[in-house]
Amino acid sequence: MKLQRKNRLRALSLGAIAVSGALALTACGSDNTGGGSKASGNPSGAANASAIKCDGAKGQLLSDGSSAQKNAIDAWVKNFSQACGVRINYKAGGSGAGVTSFTQGQIPWAGSDSALKPEQVAASKKVCAGGGQGIDLPMVGGPIALGYNLNGVDNLVLDAPTIAQIFDGKIKNWNDPAIAKLNPKAKLPDLKIQAFHRSDDSGTTDNFTKYLKAATPENWKYSGGKTWQASGGQSAAQSSGVAQQVKQTNGAIGYFELSYVGDGIKAASINTGAAQPVAPSTDSATKAIADAKIVGTGKDLSLKLNYTTKAEGAYPITLVTYEIVCDKGNKADTLPTVKSFLNYIASEDGQKILSGISYAPMPEEIISKVRTTIAGLS
Amino acid sequence: MDISTKTTDASPPTPQPAAVGKHGAAHTKTRPGDRVFLGLSRGSGILLLVIMAAIAVFLTYRASLAISKDHGNFLTTFEWNTNLIPPTFGIAVLAFGTVVSSIIAMVLAVPVAVAIALFLTHYAPRRLSGPVAYVIDLLAAVPSIVYGLWGALVLVPHMNGLFGWLNDYLGWTGIFSWDGGAPRSMLTVGILLAIMILPIITNVSREVFRQVPQMHEEAALALGATRWEVIRMAVLPFGRSGVISASMLGLGRALGETMAVATVLSPDFDIHASLLNPGGGTFAQNIASKFGEATQDGRDALIASGLILFVITLLVNGAARAIIARRKEYSGANA
Repeated sequence: MKLQRKNRLRALSLGAIAVSGALALTACGSDNTGGGSKASGNPSGAANASAIKCDGAKGQLLSDGSSAQKNAIDAWVKNFSQACGVRINYKAGGSGAGVTSFTQGQIPWAGSDSALKPEQVAASKKVCAGGGQGIDLPMVGGPIALGYNLNGVDNLVLDAPTIAQIFDGKIKNWNDPAIAKLNPKAKLPDLKIQAFHRSDDSGTTDNFTKYLKAATPENWKYSGGKTWQASGGQSAAQSSGVAQQVKQTNGAIGYFELSYVGDGIKAASINTGAAQPVAPSTDSATKAIADAKIVGTGKDLSLKLNYTTKAEGAYPITLVTYEIVCDKGNKADTLPTVKSFLNYIASEDGQKILSGISYAPMPEEIISKVRTTIAGLS
Repeated sequence: MDISTKTTDASPPTPQPAAVGKHGAAHTKTRPGDRVFLGLSRGSGILLLVIMAAIAVFLTYRASLAISKDHGNFLTTFEWNTNLIPPTFGIAVLAFGTVVSSIIAMVLAVPVAVAIALFLTHYAPRRLSGPVAYVIDLLAAVPSIVYGLWGALVLVPHMNGLFGWLNDYLGWTGIFSWDGGAPRSMLTVGILLAIMILPIITNVSREVFRQVPQMHEEAALALGATRWEVIRMAVLPFGRSGVISASMLGLGRALGETMAVATVLSPDFDIHASLLNPGGGTFAQNIASKFGEATQDGRDALIASGLILFVITLLVNGAARAIIARRKEYSGANA
């Protein structure tokens, strides 16, 4: 009996090794193909490699930060590293983690979906030598879509007060008069609204609630920030989780980046007060960002978005992500690489890639200022 | 025989001379191998204590930094917003959710696991018991994020029927009332956790049941007991402390499970009477979802919540040890 058990144990461990080995191998395999298909799914991804100026870029670059811009960075990194042979590793651990690593001097640049706060600027002075400080360079825009899943309703129109009341649990049913008034032609079912928000802290939540607070302060009384504050509703982790729930649940609505729309999820248009309701798109987001003011001082280019814009075709619920670097006193060994990478992503070629992967390019007047600032980095 | 084992049990600090003595006078002097092994095992024991102490000190220090800044009451506030100035957070909801989801998991998993273990050791033909045991062992090797994905994509959509049924027949209790939201609730989490902790409880219970002395069973059979009576009179009493230990291992996993809960639950900072309506939260899930965007204060606050989980786990383990100690007469040492 003892012998038998030993043999069984051995067979068991062999089996376990075989299975875990197979799982590990397939895990690697799917990872690689996933990355490949993402990049090749990008229609303008085949950028002209010769247009990228490498200017002494070399070695390896580490970075961390906002996951909202991860797909954009991935597409850029693919083209840039092919052209210049530089390895760039963007961790997408979240804006908070990115800024923390940056102010601790672990990474030469960080991605963030909110501009540096004064205490973070103060902390950055320790790592930017010679009186430099961290600055925000707006690089990627993205419309935050209101995705919904409602059988038989294709062109839902909402405005800020109804959105606020839906997500605050005040409007509970799809056939509510407030929604019916905005959608006179639609056949709204008698169905409970299931509003999904993010369960993790997120820049998307921050921007979405900033919009609600700016556009309809009487309906949205929360102080805002990355943590969801309204009570009620349901939640899921990450944009992908929220999108998954909306896709699964008839009568659901949630907010996430535009790239998650489609495949059973439709996006609501926003009645901003302009002549026509505006659907989320990379174009309409760029138009809204064009209405933003640069509020950063010195070389800092942080933006203040105009959430109450009534410009024709401007989609107001928009998020801008920044790249954060030192204006002066960057580390000598990484500066050329960072500079040439930032040069590339701010270039016409770099920005052109964005709309193919559901991000919004920066408007011309902002990106030209970004280019000037990058040229002056030292 | 009984007396001799009892004396070994009663004097754990000096097991070495007793063991040597038991093996006869031939080994009066300790071999170098024994001394090396003694040193290694004692060193490992001390190292473990040092590591645990270091973790406790780290947790306590960082937690005290966070709690001193907390604007709310750390124990009773129903909110977790560390990005506010001043930060406001409390662990009431998390403690409640962690305990409730683990209790559901234990209630569902332990009977099933014991039943499977009994079936494998006493009922199943040998040809069947091998593969079944093997598959259950493999369940333990599936990473929790895979359970989470499976839970979110397969389990949650299929819970609607069960939830509707529970609401129709047991909704009046309040605990099983359901308002028709997506079934991403404490009960769903509990079911998922039960599946996750099933393999470890089954596995250890099976080993314990297999250790039941053949003579006990044969004696019962000789007295005319049926197979079920053998199990009731010989197997279960003998295995009880082992099954309790196995359940504690499972409970440990359920208390600390992170990604599966974060993927399946629809967390919010409120305590609901109903197990079916979405909401609630657990310590580990909250740490996973808030860590990415947390500031320094936020991280310290999460560490403080981790400290509470640490304390809860300690209490549970202490309780389990007390229960096992009381049932010592049935423990394997007396066989």
